[in-house]
Amino acid sequence: MSHTDPPVDSPVETPVDDAAPLLVARGLHKAFGDNQVLRGIDLEVYRGQVVALIGPSGSGKTTLLRSLDALEIPDSGTLAFDGGPAIDFALPVRQSTRAALRDRSAMVFQHHNLFPHRTVLENVIEGPVQVRRVPRAQAVARAEELLARVGLAEKRDAYPHELSGGQQQRVGIVRALALSPDLLLFDEPTSALDPELVGEVLSVMKELADEGWTMVVVTHELAFARAVADEVLFLDGGVVVERGAPAQLFTEPAEERTQRFLHRILHPLD
Amino acid sequence: MDWDLIAESFWPIVLGGLRGTLPLAGTSFVIGLAIALGIALMRISGNRLLSGIGRAYISVVRGTPLLVQLFVVFYGLPSIGVVVDPWPSAVVAFSLNVGGYAAEVIRAAILSVPKGQWEAGWTVGMSRSRTLRRIILPQAARVSVPPLSNTFISLVKDTSLASLILVTELFREAQKIAAFSSEFMLLYLEAALVYWLFCTVLATGQDVLEKRLDRYVAH
Repeated sequence: MSHTDPPVDSPVETPVDDAAPLLVARGLHKAFGDNQVLRGIDLEVYRGQVVALIGPSGSGKTTLLRSLDALEIPDSGTLAFDGGPAIDFALPVRQSTRAALRDRSAMVFQHHNLFPHRTVLENVIEGPVQVRRVPRAQAVARAEELLARVGLAEKRDAYPHELSGGQQQRVGIVRALALSPDLLLFDEPTSALDPELVGEVLSVMKELADEGWTMVVVTHELAFARAVADEVLFLDGGVVVERGAPAQLFTEPAEERTQRFLHRILHPLD
Repeated sequence: MDWDLIAESFWPIVLGGLRGTLPLAGTSFVIGLAIALGIALMRISGNRLLSGIGRAYISVVRGTPLLVQLFVVFYGLPSIGVVVDPWPSAVVAFSLNVGGYAAEVIRAAILSVPKGQWEAGWTVGMSRSRTLRRIILPQAARVSVPPLSNTFISLVKDTSLASLILVTELFREAQKIAAFSSEFMLLYLEAALVYWLFCTVLATGQDVLEKRLDRYVAH
């Protein structure tokens, strides 16, 4: 296309500012009863970026992730996608707002949460066909393509209980991909797996990162975070203690709490 | 043993079961399940008023005898000007009764489905009601088949109470022949046998249904 001679009556394209974040969260607070789980968290995620959330259990990382998909509703703070109007959690959150958030993102759960009464294929096309109104044949073709990519093409008619844990989680990832979300959310996707099955799931996730999917990953797999993430956030006590590029955060953490956490994980016997 | 009487009475009693007992039980069970689902959802809902209404309904149904409920509908309602025929009276009373008992079964079955299944439904974009219909209820159905089969089999036998409000069904047929022939022991044992046969067939149906729904369950 020529830059000098644009057609006069072509529709004006919405200017896409590549530098603007896909998602901006500001000051997220959340309490369960007396337990303050999030105490003012800011988060930006840019398109194509992989953000890893690490931290001890109870640090708020899973609650933060679940807030992005409206599985938890923060008590206060704001959340905006693509520079659009911010959702203010201090106000009542409508069902339509939750639906809009879920339209943006897709979640991969720790315990996969596949639908046990549906075959692998049915699990994958449920969202596209039932919610997004994609024609069934088209949804099936897309599902088969995605299943083939994670090496599960021949399992399309199996029920989830007939699969190994690693296969189940790969179907969970495909179910999320089939929604073509802007944002993929992973909630400790490998921590319920037998150790020898972790690799097959992480390698799929690495491929997705390489393909440019935008991902937020809660994980205990520090080697994965280090190799794949563009930014790592260390959470403790409901706040972001430290954030930075993995090379910096893992080798020269600035905060003492980060140092202690990394030391405990990397040298559990000390 | 009066074999002739057995031979003569067996078919009318079975026919009373096929034309009276089973349709009455089947109709009441289907309507009762619909009531039960509504009551169960009211109980589960966060709304205190709805939940309270559901709780009160179950309490009344379980806390009063079925025979009394039946008599209130058939003999009681006419005194406030509502006259209902025997058959619809029986359907109303039995449906309301099943609704109360099955509501607790369905509620427990829905609650037995892990919360992660709701969340998975929501994250693929489904609304609460669609998630309930497509994800939760099919799994709850599997869990509730054995206890609901119990409810149904009890109902089949309880419909014998309808003979007291003049509904023509299995037991009333037996009663009529017994009164006519004065062979009470024989006729009532025969009625018992036919009930037992019906229930045995239904229990077999339960097994088939359970196996069908078992496809996706890990063994």
